[in-house]
Amino acid sequence: MSDLYIVGVHNPEHASRTVDFAVSLAKKSGAALHFVQVIEWSPYSFHTPEELAQRHKRRDEEISRALAIVQPIADKANASGMTATCEVHHGHAGEILCEIAKDKKADQIIIGRTGSSSLTQRLLGGLAITLAQISPVPITIVP
Amino acid sequence: MLKRLMLACAGLPFMASLAHAEGGIDQAISDIVGPIVNPIVSTVFYSVPVFGTQFPLIVGWLVIAAVVFTVYFGFIQFRGFGHSISLVKGDYLDPNDAGEVTPFQALATALSGTVGLGNIAGVGVAVYLGGPGATFWMILAGLLGMASKFTECILGVHYRNEYEDGTVSGGPMYYLSKGLSENGKATLGKFLAIFFSICCIGGALGGGNMFQANQSFAQISSIIPFFEGKGWLFGLIMAALVGVVIIGGIKSIAKVTEKIVPGMAILYVGAALIIILMNFSAIPDAVSAIFTGAFAPTAVAGGVVGALIQGFKRAAFSNEAGIGSASIAHSAVQTKHPVTEGYVALLEPFIDTVVICTMTSLVIVITGSWVPDSGVTGIALTSKAFEASFSGFGYVLAIAAVLFAFSTMISWSYYGLKAWTYMFGEGKTKELVFKFIFCVFVVIGASMSLGPVIDFSDAMIFAMAIANIIGLYMLMPKVKALLADYQEKLASGEIKKIKK
Repeated sequence: MSDLYIVGVHNPEHASRTVDFAVSLAKKSGAALHFVQVIEWSPYSFHTPEELAQRHKRRDEEISRALAIVQPIADKANASGMTATCEVHHGHAGEILCEIAKDKKADQIIIGRTGSSSLTQRLLGGLAITLAQISPVPITIVP
Repeated sequence: MLKRLMLACAGLPFMASLAHAEGGIDQAISDIVGPIVNPIVSTVFYSVPVFGTQFPLIVGWLVIAAVVFTVYFGFIQFRGFGHSISLVKGDYLDPNDAGEVTPFQALATALSGTVGLGNIAGVGVAVYLGGPGATFWMILAGLLGMASKFTECILGVHYRNEYEDGTVSGGPMYYLSKGLSENGKATLGKFLAIFFSICCIGGALGGGNMFQANQSFAQISSIIPFFEGKGWLFGLIMAALVGVVIIGGIKSIAKVTEKIVPGMAILYVGAALIIILMNFSAIPDAVSAIFTGAFAPTAVAGGVVGALIQGFKRAAFSNEAGIGSASIAHSAVQTKHPVTEGYVALLEPFIDTVVICTMTSLVIVITGSWVPDSGVTGIALTSKAFEASFSGFGYVLAIAAVLFAFSTMISWSYYGLKAWTYMFGEGKTKELVFKFIFCVFVVIGASMSLGPVIDFSDAMIFAMAIANIIGLYMLMPKVKALLADYQEKLASGEIKKIKK
């Protein structure tokens, strides 16, 4: 069985470097790729009743928006003769990536570190640090 | 439409200043609305003399229902308490449902609608009129009410409407009409659903709005002298903020409130606990005052029954068990089985009444702030009790009062809106009309003296229970069947904890 890399994808612009890196790495080693986009969500956040009533609808919209980003990435990789899959999940990026890595017995997680704004930097930095602490597999952070 | 709305909004302050010039808008509004609401109040609170005191039949109606559900479901609120906690913690959440409404979120949202001024001001009224003994009856009513909430929230989820676009609508109007039509009583169901909706709109404008505006204004004007006698101004500010959220769709304000409110609730309970611990030596006396007051009160109009009525009334007003409102909020939850939401919902009266209301009344009793016939009642009594230990707590209480009021208004505007659209159909314009009326009532509520407001709030909220509980009685065998099915699935392992 070939190796499997989990690739954390955020928005398409910043993801491209991470995706390119993951693809070239996988090509060399013959590994399969699994692209994951995590929609930040907490089961303990507070909502107004109106938001609750629309939650299911919003969730569907969020998922299709995210799929519109990761699906083409996976399709492109597949078209170039690789094995690539993708999924979209709600939750905390760090936890979800680790869970998926564990479930799929992945060999490493690849995420991007992009510094477009201080806030983004903080969020991604947060993700990198979280993964460094809890990841069950090695992590590669693409600058 | 929006332009017309803005014009109408712009006209409000003008009308206000006009009436102000002629001897006070507050008085003017009280004079107009008072005679309209008084007959409604006396009908809903039709009372019979029991042992020399007036006993409103509607209070008995709620308590009897709570007792019936408690017995019928085998004391589910005690047997199922652990399971409720486990569900809220998310032990049974399927990871594939991530992103849907969780039990915790449904509970938190329903609580932000019920934890409001009833817990601060309402308890003040109960202890003032019913003495310390009212606390005992309030706790008892809270514990019993958990079974009513259990029943109505299961039905809310089971009979909700799920539309093609993914949104959901649920609540008593849906289970009354759909559930009773399954029983072959479609006409009765439809009638009860409409009756409930009318009362729900009234309750949304009364207890969910005017009472909130009124009591938070009372607290604000007592610490900011500028607002004294300017209820209409405070009302306009609140109405503008509510309008921005519900008409303007500006979620950020609601978001901020939703984040601050739980913090406020924790701060409030924490402060109450500290006061109780500070007066540690006074606890035995307070507990004995509560028990003696419950069974042999002194200085309380109506004696035992007086204390009982006040306790029951305030508990019902605060936790809304049997009223049906929370069922609307709980209906949105993602669950594979409606019974889970019943378990989650039964925590609501527990947190609201057994924990938060009890804290308030313990603080009032322990600090000895209750003085019969002193005229210090409602939020002023609660404020006085907290101030006795923490000077300056009045400010914290004022902020808490305004925030609680605000989040309760947002929740009730939605409950009212759901009842409104049930009757008049969905549609942007129809919704806007209701939302505008809702904002106008904020101003009216802040301007009126407490008497007519609190009576009208009570009347409308309790009237919702008339239709709701008839439906609950008729549908409780259905709930029992659902419960049996759920327990079977739980026992067989079909529904099980998700290992993390």
